[in-house]
Amino acid sequence: MLLESIAFIIATTLMYSAPLIFTALGGVVSENAGVVNIGLEGMMTLGAFVGAAVGYFANDAWIGFLAAGAAGGALAFFHALACVTFLADHIVSGIAINFIGPGLSLFLSRYFFDGATQTLSLSLDAKIPRPLNGVFEQNGFFDMVFNQYATVYLALFLVAFLWFILYRTRLGLRIRAVGEHPKAADTLGINVLRIKYLAVITSGVLAGFGGAALSVAIVSRFSSTLVSGQGFIALAAMIFGKWKPVGTLAACLLFSSAQGLTVYLGRGDLQRMLPMPSQLLATIPFLLTLAVLIGFVGKSRPPAADGIPYEKE
Amino acid sequence: MSDEKRKLLAASPLFFTFFSVLTGLLVGALVLLISGYSPLKAYHVIIDGIFSRPSYIVYTVIYSTPLIMTGLSVAFAFRTGLFNIGAEGQFIMGALGAALAGAFLHLPPVLHAIVAALAGIAAAAVWGGIAGFLKARFGVNEVIATIMLNWTALYLNNFIVTLPSIKRTATNATAFILDSARIEILPLWKVSEAGRTWRAMHPFWHDIFRTPFNAGILVALFLAFFCWWILNRTTLGYELRAVGHNADCSEHTGINVKARMISSMAIAGGLAGAAGALHVLGWTRQAAELAAMEGLGFDGIAVALIGGSSPIGCIPAGLLFGALKYGGSKLQFALRAPIEVVNIVIGSIIFFVAMPKLLRIIRRWLEPKKRQGGDSHAA
Repeated sequence: MLLESIAFIIATTLMYSAPLIFTALGGVVSENAGVVNIGLEGMMTLGAFVGAAVGYFANDAWIGFLAAGAAGGALAFFHALACVTFLADHIVSGIAINFIGPGLSLFLSRYFFDGATQTLSLSLDAKIPRPLNGVFEQNGFFDMVFNQYATVYLALFLVAFLWFILYRTRLGLRIRAVGEHPKAADTLGINVLRIKYLAVITSGVLAGFGGAALSVAIVSRFSSTLVSGQGFIALAAMIFGKWKPVGTLAACLLFSSAQGLTVYLGRGDLQRMLPMPSQLLATIPFLLTLAVLIGFVGKSRPPAADGIPYEKE
Repeated sequence: MSDEKRKLLAASPLFFTFFSVLTGLLVGALVLLISGYSPLKAYHVIIDGIFSRPSYIVYTVIYSTPLIMTGLSVAFAFRTGLFNIGAEGQFIMGALGAALAGAFLHLPPVLHAIVAALAGIAAAAVWGGIAGFLKARFGVNEVIATIMLNWTALYLNNFIVTLPSIKRTATNATAFILDSARIEILPLWKVSEAGRTWRAMHPFWHDIFRTPFNAGILVALFLAFFCWWILNRTTLGYELRAVGHNADCSEHTGINVKARMISSMAIAGGLAGAAGALHVLGWTRQAAELAAMEGLGFDGIAVALIGGSSPIGCIPAGLLFGALKYGGSKLQFALRAPIEVVNIVIGSIIFFVAMPKLLRIIRRWLEPKKRQGGDSHAA
């Protein structure tokens, strides 16, 4: 019973972490290159819609997943255009993205799905597969924990991949240089604008993946309240993780475990034994983030030139 | 984000705003055109949906009322160098405070409404003040802090309204506010026997009384002038703006920068709280469990940006946004065109507002043309 409960909580935590990890890593890439991206929410929403819609019409979740990345990247291109080329205030442009992304998603949903603000469901076998299905004894501990959607493993792999890129390659060094001191990077012959564009568009692609990890894996359709705020939680996770991939992963797991706990404690049998207001549990990620910003959990510092438009002289 | 940028934004001239609004509307038209709807028809539906009946105009005003106030909230903070993304959470706290005070206090009419509104404003001022305090005391970026506080407010609201002693049976909302706290114009009379007979004889008013016509807009207009007055005619406002321009310099001239940051965010919170409170007292009469953000606070950011961060500018910007929202809501029925095109329009407007460099480029592009015109005249 106890073991089963633990397995249940770990499993739900992992499942809910994937969308956050993709999206938060997007934030890491963009902000390490000095572009604040509070538009993650909008890009994630568009990704969730495009993933579900393309997945439905193609009857293949992977095609939907890739299309979601493309859509997120396309939206991010406009954020880059505004922030990098036209020196827009990053926050304001991000807010615009957060109007346009969800607006466009619902617009297209109504257009393609007969006026409905939710898409039709993918058939069960067209969803993202669970690669380890049947490897372990069914409903055993390992089966419960590791029988996850492929997106979960992909997200975890991406953390390592991004860490490697940022800290072990020339490209990563350039990205971080641009985020810390664009002028110095420019003097050394790094193409600051190109790096920024690359980083912002990548962040959109990842946020799009994050949205699809929700809409074609955890559930099988897009609806108007599907994302509602997960992009902002991802943003919080990035800050909590101190703008670094591994820290961000830890924060995502922490935040999704709050979600996992909420689901677990919301089960009927437990609610009778130990009534725990799930709404209060849901505030944990946000209060923790405030705590880390205050410095209770170790000070976190953004890249030095994060959010400052760079104009070449 | 740099302070110069904020200042540039705050000072963005009327021309640029018109350009942005126009471009936003064009983007909307383009989106409609691509998806096979006639933009002309769509905008015709929207304009008809706003102006063709007295009740439509009143509804537009009712839709605009909270937007003007959340816009004021963002604009006020903006003028003092702070970015208040937290209007959404402050709106929720204002609505909650007013709904609780309206439902559970027993006071005479008018006084009850005032007390309930103040309860909402106070709750939201505290909520905004927290962000100000975190910024002043710990240097926490107010953008991130207010985003976190928004979601905390949402879940706190959901927790409180579903408490057994507070919620209305069989709903996920608080008990209705008492009639003494309502600010709707003659809400009881208009559905009474006498009211119905009178309305039958006055078709114009009959139409208007169909709507939850309320005193909120008067408060919104008052608050707009009040903000203008504070910012431009009081010592507090002068100090607040000084802090916004240059915090270090203000510190040296003896202004208590930290205290001013907190008061600025508390006032901004109170303004967004007023929006939530009057929304409840004038229309919804309850605070409900929220599945997602309602967006009236986020919309306030758009209003403030379109209004050039000036309190008075928030009035036309709020009316524009309210009109688009209300008029746009009729697209679905009339043309089966998705109403979300309105969000795309608003998003595009903000997008263009965000790019002051674009303005410079357009200016440069316009100027040689003028000169050319002058030359040909001379020749």
